[in-house]
Amino acid sequence: MTQPFLDVRDLRVQFPTEDGLVNAVDGVDFSVEKGKTLAIVGESGSGKSVTSQAIMGLINRKTAKMTGEVYLEGEELVGARPEQVRSLRGKRMAMIFQDPLSSLHPFYSIGKQLAEAVLVHQNVSKSEAYGQARDMLARVGIPNPERRVKDYPHNLSGGMRQRVMIAMALLNSPELLIADEPTTALDVTVQAQILDLLRSLQDEFGTAIVLITHDLGVVADMADDVVVMYGGRVVERGSVQDIYYRPEMPYTWGLLGSVPRMDVDRGERLEPIPGQPPSLIRLPKGCVFRPRCPYHELVPGNRCDTDRPALEPVTPEHSVRCHLEPAQRREIADERLFARGGNVAGGGADPDNPNSTRWSETTSPAASNPAPTTTQEDPK
Amino acid sequence: MASYIVRRLVAMVLMLIALSMIVFLLFNALPADPARLTCGKACTPQVIEANRIRLGLDKPLYEQYGAFVKGIFYGRTYGSGKVTFECHKPCLGYSFRRGEQVTDLVTKALPVTAQLAIGAFVLWIVFGVSVGIVAALKRGKWQDRSIMAFALFGYSFPSFFIGLLLVFFVQIKWGLVGYEGYVSFFDSPSLWFQGLILPWIALALLYAAFYARLTRNQMLETLGDDFIRTARAKGLKERTVIGRHALRAGLTPIVTAAGLDLAGLLGGAVITEAVFNLPGIGRLSIDSVTDSDLPVITATVLIAATFVIVANLVVDVLYAVIDPRVRLT
Repeated sequence: MTQPFLDVRDLRVQFPTEDGLVNAVDGVDFSVEKGKTLAIVGESGSGKSVTSQAIMGLINRKTAKMTGEVYLEGEELVGARPEQVRSLRGKRMAMIFQDPLSSLHPFYSIGKQLAEAVLVHQNVSKSEAYGQARDMLARVGIPNPERRVKDYPHNLSGGMRQRVMIAMALLNSPELLIADEPTTALDVTVQAQILDLLRSLQDEFGTAIVLITHDLGVVADMADDVVVMYGGRVVERGSVQDIYYRPEMPYTWGLLGSVPRMDVDRGERLEPIPGQPPSLIRLPKGCVFRPRCPYHELVPGNRCDTDRPALEPVTPEHSVRCHLEPAQRREIADERLFARGGNVAGGGADPDNPNSTRWSETTSPAASNPAPTTTQEDPK
Repeated sequence: MASYIVRRLVAMVLMLIALSMIVFLLFNALPADPARLTCGKACTPQVIEANRIRLGLDKPLYEQYGAFVKGIFYGRTYGSGKVTFECHKPCLGYSFRRGEQVTDLVTKALPVTAQLAIGAFVLWIVFGVSVGIVAALKRGKWQDRSIMAFALFGYSFPSFFIGLLLVFFVQIKWGLVGYEGYVSFFDSPSLWFQGLILPWIALALLYAAFYARLTRNQMLETLGDDFIRTARAKGLKERTVIGRHALRAGLTPIVTAAGLDLAGLLGGAVITEAVFNLPGIGRLSIDSVTDSDLPVITATVLIAATFVIVANLVVDVLYAVIDPRVRLT
């Protein structure tokens, strides 16, 4: 079997602090193919942003320890020379950041910041670089690019700024695009526009997208595969259908249960996950989710306290890190998530795929879409 | 922008008028009697009263203030009858203590202070900012630690102590500079330099220490900013990331501090001038305070205030030029 386009293996990032070693990313594996979208979900501090920055080589190696392997089309990046990774950054792999206002330089015009990204990787004249910048601004749907290049970030609206960020990332036609919460700072209508834009650009360029988010509506709308992270580890990994229809990990259930659903009575309260995310300094010896997991007592012999569960495959594409027996997990999932009828977050459901309703015959795909603007089209 | 500057200039004039009134009032409220200061040991009550009338000090305060302001713009005539003398515009008053016009005193002292302040300014900006940048880039390493230790040293020792150390070693022990004190550049560039180099160093060391810390903090803060990460994500070389992105944003606030500090010094570097015996505005103010030489005190306070007010305006305008987010309206 050939190696996936982006292949992350046993990635670990540790930050030494005065309080001890912070295990921000603790052995993460996943892969993405060209033209596909992988979503990494998890709450704050689960290590998803650090993972993405580690792939990009944006972790300061003087203050952090990074091990494992990251292959970009067979080329290993963790052990590569910084100069080597730098020459790939912005060219073959690019990143869109969460807060476009603080992520753009306040003192330089949009045009200058975009042209700079062209000039560093392409041997072209300044005016040619500005031309590419204008073209890309037009591509991402910014009106009047000739005038906008002279504007400063603070002159633009949030949605426009995020388009500028996307334009900047796409300038050198990267094959891998990492989007770190690209829509979190935006209101929902703009959010939908930005996601549509990302999708159409992906169709056109065949870009592999790693989408980092905590918005399960966005995931359902965009992703082919999903990685659920908790405490710096992957706790569940599978296709978007696996995660939404056949989730097997108590943490994933919690995430899905805390999403507002349109098919549930207004009076129903959302179920928060009790407790706090773990401190990444002194991780529990056993399962990282054990302190917040309501089902650990079902596992005999306190294994949740003593043994670290392995990421074990349920199907070849779907793996989960949990000590519960598969039968137990299915039973609980059925009861927790599907008892009231309806799937959990609809956009990613595939009505033509009989598997998507394996445990719940009464689902109505897309009926429970949490973001009002996500459309009901099928995922790619 | 133009209308902003005009409005600021108007505000500046109003501020100076208010300030001059306050200074005038305060010093006239002092127990020192200006008329008593006109005759020294030869004073008899009769002479004091006669001088009081001759100088118009018997008139109400607002008339005295009016005469002072008029003197600045038109000049004024002191005395009456046969014994009069002219104080040409801009007349800041007459110092009976020194027997000189205040304007002359100030025009002699100001260039000395300006040379001291500007020379030290250049030294501390070049030195302080560059070591601050180095410290930030080498955070936690020995370079950072030694720079910060040095800065703490420069920051904690009073400038008169450092000044005296310099005088003791460089001037007295090693004889590297002469004893002439301040010599005009046009008389002898070499002696001019020898007279000013130690004061420059003493003054610059204090400020360089402060600016090294300020620059380091600013740079560290900026290096943690999101747009620096974006610059790296674009694949820019580290040199460009630091030189074009981090410095531009990190050093902007230093412009404000630098402008105001320079203005403060132009109003008189009191301690340094006293230690090195430089005949600048700072020395002039101390001497006039110890002598209760009211006209000179009033003038030096007004000059120092003018520098600070003008510098504020310059810094604000400069900031708008540097930072496109700042709109002067």
